[in-house]
Amino acid sequence: MAVLTDRRSAPESGAPQRESRRLGFSQRLGRWDVKLSPYLYISPFFILFAVTGLFPLGYTAFVSLHEWSLLGGQGEFVGLQNFTDVLNQPTFWKSLVNTLSIFVLSSVPQVIVAVTIAALLDQNLRSATFWRMGVLIPYVVAPVAVSMIFGRLFADQYGLINSLLTLIGLDPIAWHGDRLASHVAIASIVNYRWVGYNALIFLAAMQAVPRELYEAAVIDGAGRVRQFFSITVPQIRSTVIFVVITSTIGGLQIFDEVRMYDATGLGGADKNWMTTVLYLYDVAWGNQHSLGRASAVAWMLFLLIVVIGFVNFLVTRQISSSGMASKKSRRKSATTSMSRGNA
Amino acid sequence: MLSSTRTTRRAAARTLQATAGVAAVALALTACGGSGEAPAEGSSEDDSPITLKVATFNDFGYTDEMLASYTEEHPNVTVEQVKAATSDDARTNLTTKLAAGGEGLADVEAIEVDWLPELAQYPDLFTDLADPELEGRWVDWKVQQATTPDGKLIGYGTDIGPEAICYRADLFEKAGLPTDREEVAELLGGEDATWEDYFAVGRDFVAESDAAWYDSSAGIFQGMISQLPAAFEDPESGEPTDLADNTDVKAIYDEITGSIDDDLSGGLEQWSEDWTAAFQADAFATMLCPSWMTGPIEGNSGGVEGWDVADVFPGGGGNWGGSFLTVPASGENTEAAKELAAWLTAPEQQTSAFEAAGTFPSQVEAQASEAVQTFTNPFFNDAPVGEIFSTRAQAIEGAPYKGAHYFAIRDEVTNALNRVDITKSQDAEESWAEAVEKASALG
Repeated sequence: MAVLTDRRSAPESGAPQRESRRLGFSQRLGRWDVKLSPYLYISPFFILFAVTGLFPLGYTAFVSLHEWSLLGGQGEFVGLQNFTDVLNQPTFWKSLVNTLSIFVLSSVPQVIVAVTIAALLDQNLRSATFWRMGVLIPYVVAPVAVSMIFGRLFADQYGLINSLLTLIGLDPIAWHGDRLASHVAIASIVNYRWVGYNALIFLAAMQAVPRELYEAAVIDGAGRVRQFFSITVPQIRSTVIFVVITSTIGGLQIFDEVRMYDATGLGGADKNWMTTVLYLYDVAWGNQHSLGRASAVAWMLFLLIVVIGFVNFLVTRQISSSGMASKKSRRKSATTSMSRGNA
Repeated sequence: MLSSTRTTRRAAARTLQATAGVAAVALALTACGGSGEAPAEGSSEDDSPITLKVATFNDFGYTDEMLASYTEEHPNVTVEQVKAATSDDARTNLTTKLAAGGEGLADVEAIEVDWLPELAQYPDLFTDLADPELEGRWVDWKVQQATTPDGKLIGYGTDIGPEAICYRADLFEKAGLPTDREEVAELLGGEDATWEDYFAVGRDFVAESDAAWYDSSAGIFQGMISQLPAAFEDPESGEPTDLADNTDVKAIYDEITGSIDDDLSGGLEQWSEDWTAAFQADAFATMLCPSWMTGPIEGNSGGVEGWDVADVFPGGGGNWGGSFLTVPASGENTEAAKELAAWLTAPEQQTSAFEAAGTFPSQVEAQASEAVQTFTNPFFNDAPVGEIFSTRAQAIEGAPYKGAHYFAIRDEVTNALNRVDITKSQDAEESWAEAVEKASALG
C-alpha cells in the first residue's frame, strides 16, 4: 500500500521528463531482471561450489608446487618435485593397486547384490516396510564402529571367522598377512555398509517402472528372470549409472575402513591394504609431514577418479545399450520426424 | 514482553555490578593475603581475571580438585581442562592449529615425547620455559629431551615410562623356572642383565612351554633401539645415517629375527585385536613393561592370575613414553600459563597425579616421595611397583638422540620385523633389504 501511494504521488509532483527517465530505469531493471535473475537464483550453488570446491582444488594445486611442511608452512617453489618424489616412492604405487583392487572387490559385488536385493524387495512382500528399512540399518551404524566390529571378526589368531574356519576343518586365513585376503576383508566392510543404501536407491527406481510392461511380459510368457533382465534392468539404467559413479568415487576414497583395520592404521607392515587416501594422510600427518607431497597425491588421485569415472560411464552405457537399442532407434526416428516437420 | 526483557536486563546489570564489586573486594583481600605467602603471585602481569585452558589426553591425573586448588592460590585464574580421548587426536589437533597460526589452542598444551623431534624444529611456536629456579626438579634426561638444539626448553616434564620386565609367574612355574620376582630378576641377569641373557632364558622357556617368550618383536625392538645413543641419525648434522651401513641397528635386527626363528615371539602386533585376546589365551610369558603398561596388562587380562613385575631390564635402563606440558607462544597469557605449567609439574601435584592415574613422575623429589615408594599393585601379586619403577628410572642413563627422521626410519625397520614376525611374508634378509630401500626413498 505505502509503496503504491508513494509511486502515485511522485510523478504528480515531479516533472514529466523525470517520469520518462524513471520509466527507462524500470525498463532497464526489467531487462536485468529477465537476463540476470536466473543466474542469481542458481548462484548460491556456484558460489558455494567455488568456495568449498573450486578454491580448495586450486589451492591444493598451488601447495603441490611448493615445499610445504605441516608446521613450517609454505617453503620454496619446487615445481613438479613433489610429484616426482611421490612417484618414486614404491608405497604410492602399491597404494594405487590396493585402491583399485579394493574398489573392484567392493563396487562390483555391491551393485550386483544391491540390485538383487532391490528386486526381491520389489515383490509383494508381507510387511514390506520392515524389510526395506531393515536393509538400511548397516548404513546408520558409524563406519568406525563397523570397522571395529569387523576388526574383531577378522583378527588372525583369535578372530571369530578364523575360529569358525578351523572348527569346520579348514585352514585359518591370514586376514592381515595375505594381500588379497585383507582386500576381501576390507571390501566386505565397505559392502556391509553400502549395499542396503544402494538397494534402496535401486528399489525406488524399480517402483517407477510402469507395471503394464510386466503385465505385457507375463502375457508374452516371460518368467521372473526374463522380466528382470529384459524389463527391470534396462528401465533402471540411469540409476545404475548413478550408483556406479557414486560408488566409484566413494570406492577410490576409502579411508575409515582401512584406517581402523589394524592397530597402527597405516596399511600393515607390507602396506598391503594402504589405499591412496590413507597414503595421502600418512604423507601429510605421518612421518613425512609434507603437505606439498600430500597435495600432489591429492591431485593425482583427482585425475585418476576423473579418468575412471569417465571410463565406467562409457562402460555402463555400453552394457545397457543392448537393452536400449530398440529405444534408441525409436528416439532416432522421433528426432528425424521432428526435424522433418521443422523443415 | 518488553517490560520483562527490561527487568532482566536491569537485573543483569545489577548482578554485573555486584560481581564486579565482590571481585574487587576479593582481589583486594587476596592481594593483602597473598603478598606474604605466595611469591609466585606477582609474576603474572596484572590481576585481572583470566581463564587458562589446559589441553591433555588420556588421563594425566589432573583432578578437578587439584585445578580448583590452583584457583584458591591464584584467585584471578580459572583453570579449565580439555581432555582428548587419545594422544593421536590431541596430536592432530595441536599440529593443525599450530599450522593455522595458533588460533584456538589451549594456553597449556600437553605433548608426548615422540612428537618432540617434529615440534623441536619450530621452537618459535613455543614459549621458552627455562627457569633457573626449577633446575634439578626433573631427572636430567627428561629436561634434555625437551631442550631444542639452540638451548630452549619447550616443555616441563610430567611423567616418564621407566621399563621393567612383566612376567607370568604361573607360566614360569609350569616351565620349571623360578617364580619369585627377585629370583626372576637374578635369572635374567640382575644388575648387568643383557639382551643375550634375556633371549637365552627365553630359549629355555619355550623348550618347556607352549607359550611364546615375548609378545611382539616390535616391542622388543622399541626397547633395544632406545638404548642406542643415536640410532638412525648423526647428532651433529641431524642427517640420517644410511640404513644399509647402520651396523648397530642391523645387529639388533639380526638378534631379534634370530629369536623369532627360535619361536620366542608371539607374533602379535601390540594394540591389535589378536594381542588383546592373547592375554586371555596364555600366549606369551614376558613383556617389556614401562610403568604405564601395567594398566593395559591388567585391563586385558581379566580373570588371568599370575602377572608379576621383576626389577630388571636387559642392557641397562630403558624409557618408553612420557609427556610434557608446553605453552604455545601464540597464547594471550603466556606468563600466567607458564606459571600454571610449572605448578602442575611440581613434585606435589605430580605425586597426586600418580595416585589418581598411575602416571609415574619424572620429578626426582616425587619419585622419592612416600606415596610413590610405598605404592603396590595388587594385580601384580602386590608387587611394590612404585619402588621397582623408581629403581628402573635411576638406571636410565640418558635420552637417545631423535632427530626429524627418527620415526620415519624406525617405522620402516619395525615394518620389516613385522613382515618376518607377523605376516611371515618375507625372510629376514629380504625384509631388511626392503626396509633399506624404503628408508632411502623417504628423502
